[in-house]
Amino acid sequence: MWTMIQDQILGMKWLHALIGNMLQTLGLDVTGKLGGTIHFFIYDVIKIVLLLCTLIFLISYIQSYFPPERTRKILGRFHGMGANIIAALLGTVTPFCSCSSIPLFIGFTGAGLPLGVTFSFLISSPMVDLGSLVLLMSIFGGKVAIVYVVLGLVIAVGGGTLIEKMHLENQVEDFIRNAKSIEIPQEELKVKDRMKYSADQVAGTFKKVFPYILVGVGIGAFIHNWIPEDLVVRFLGNGNPFGVIFATIAGVPMYADIFGCIPIAEALLAKGAKLGVVLSFMMGVTTLSLPSMIMLKKAIKPKLLGVFIGICTVGIMLVGYLFNAIQYFVI
Amino acid sequence: MNVKVLGGGCSKCETLLANAKEAVAKANVEAEVEYITDFSVIAGYGIMSTPALIIDEKIVSMGKVLKSSEIEKLLK
Repeated sequence: MWTMIQDQILGMKWLHALIGNMLQTLGLDVTGKLGGTIHFFIYDVIKIVLLLCTLIFLISYIQSYFPPERTRKILGRFHGMGANIIAALLGTVTPFCSCSSIPLFIGFTGAGLPLGVTFSFLISSPMVDLGSLVLLMSIFGGKVAIVYVVLGLVIAVGGGTLIEKMHLENQVEDFIRNAKSIEIPQEELKVKDRMKYSADQVAGTFKKVFPYILVGVGIGAFIHNWIPEDLVVRFLGNGNPFGVIFATIAGVPMYADIFGCIPIAEALLAKGAKLGVVLSFMMGVTTLSLPSMIMLKKAIKPKLLGVFIGICTVGIMLVGYLFNAIQYFVI
Repeated sequence: MNVKVLGGGCSKCETLLANAKEAVAKANVEAEVEYITDFSVIAGYGIMSTPALIIDEKIVSMGKVLKSSEIEKLLK
């Protein structure tokens, strides 16, 4: 039963077969290189767009219950490590875009939340979200998805706790530390408002990430059909013990949506890249990016920014190696 | 009237600014549209998700890109 859900609903094997048949009827040989590339491209674009629209809608609906103001209120009730864990968990459901990171930072700090708790939130928010959970489930299976989310939360909690222990409060820019926090009343949302919010989110996200999906799937289709397998194995598979480190370093400055990098990850894995290598690349791309670092640099001093980048990078590499080690048990 | 768009300069914020200007022009009201990117001012309003829209010092939306037709209604 679970296999059926995974293959047909989440993995959309039927769509793969359907498009294959259609292309065959049109006289295209889908087992050949060119035909295979076209087949992969059409199938993957449709699949990811369908998943994206459904997922963003459901996720936005859940997120509409957790505006940052509410998250801040909830977090105020917890202390110590508990607060870091809750922050990491709420990071997965609070709607967040990198340009909101500074007002959010000010809001959290102004409300007296410890720096480490804020960072647990800031790490978990882009790295693990409900979307990546379902998307990973569709491509790599349930076990990989769950391990990915759990490890992402571990990095967020561990990273936040470490930043707390290092006492870097003086590394936060003064205008943030001196800002007062003001509570503003929350408007009560009706089901209709939440639906509308979710539909708007779908439209907005679609417009934003569609070009990334096309590029991602294009690269994926190219890898899938044109890159020799032994090359992938040599650089990203068993042949290269440093694959994870390279993948992370390559992924960090890049900026893309998880929906755009998943087809690349999928194609590389099929060609013999190690699971940890592709996942650390994905985590690097989604968690850290130049635009978000430039934004954060306005709020925190270079030392703390360095610690933040360092923790995320090392954490992602550790996760990569762990995935390499357990690959045969989870796929 | 005074309309303020608050944001960090990302594409969403720019869109809201453009929509606000359009709404003001269409609604035929005397209104000045300001774009506020200073984070300490934004935080001073208690806003945690941008872009936000303020009309006559009242916060009317946060974390959303309102369409110009929606803003028009709020202006009346």
